[in-house]
Amino acid sequence: MKSRVGDDSSGSWTAATRRQLERRLPWENLLPDRQPFWVGSWVYVFGVVTIAALVWVIASGTILALFGPQWWHLSRAGRFFNSLHFWSVQLFFVFMVLHLWGQYFMASWREGRAPTWMVGAVTFAVSIVAAFTGYLSQQNFDSQWIAVNAKDAVNSTGIGGFFNVLNFGQMYGLHVMLLPIGITVLVALHIVQVRMKGVVPPIDDGKSATSKGR
Amino acid sequence: MDQPAGYLHWGFILISWPNLLLIGLMVVLFGLALILPFPGHGSATEREKRG
Repeated sequence: MKSRVGDDSSGSWTAATRRQLERRLPWENLLPDRQPFWVGSWVYVFGVVTIAALVWVIASGTILALFGPQWWHLSRAGRFFNSLHFWSVQLFFVFMVLHLWGQYFMASWREGRAPTWMVGAVTFAVSIVAAFTGYLSQQNFDSQWIAVNAKDAVNSTGIGGFFNVLNFGQMYGLHVMLLPIGITVLVALHIVQVRMKGVVPPIDDGKSATSKGR
Repeated sequence: MDQPAGYLHWGFILISWPNLLLIGLMVVLFGLALILPFPGHGSATEREKRG
């Protein structure tokens, strides 16, 4: 894509940002219509299934947040959406771990892809906290039992003064607002990083240095 | 469903049967993803032949 503004705007940070984006993330890399031959494997499907599960998690969670605990515990439709939320989270974690196994055995951090790997690892860690706050937000005996047991574990780490698992408002706020936003931003960044560098080539591919996102 | 899950206790290993079953299924799924052919995607040799 060609710049509309000439190079005389070199002092501007917006122009500098635009030039960086044009250089590092051209449209054909951001929205490719072809992928390298080795991408034709079921292993590469795990990541996209994880994203699909995340869409279901967020959609079902939005509906649960709209109607509230009485609805999700007592009505048939509420219990259905509660189950939909729970099982889409199970799928999200199962396929995220399968994606992690696949990328680990491919050594996907090769050739400048270490930041992509690190963002993926951080996303995994944040997702675990999101799932934990979800268990605490159920509003039933199960969530009370988990909170009472977890408080000792969390207090032993020294962060109990800030992260109070017995404080429902704090846990619910984290679960429905901050953590989902964090995960969505991290996943979006992860995808952009994959698009920037292209899918990692096979380990024994001698031409790997030139095979970028085609 | 309303009862606690059964556990496998073998030496220092303690894991519920549903969790063990799920891990087993994930390993099987991972293995299948490696060996099953991807639809509409021939082998590298076939692709080279097609030019």
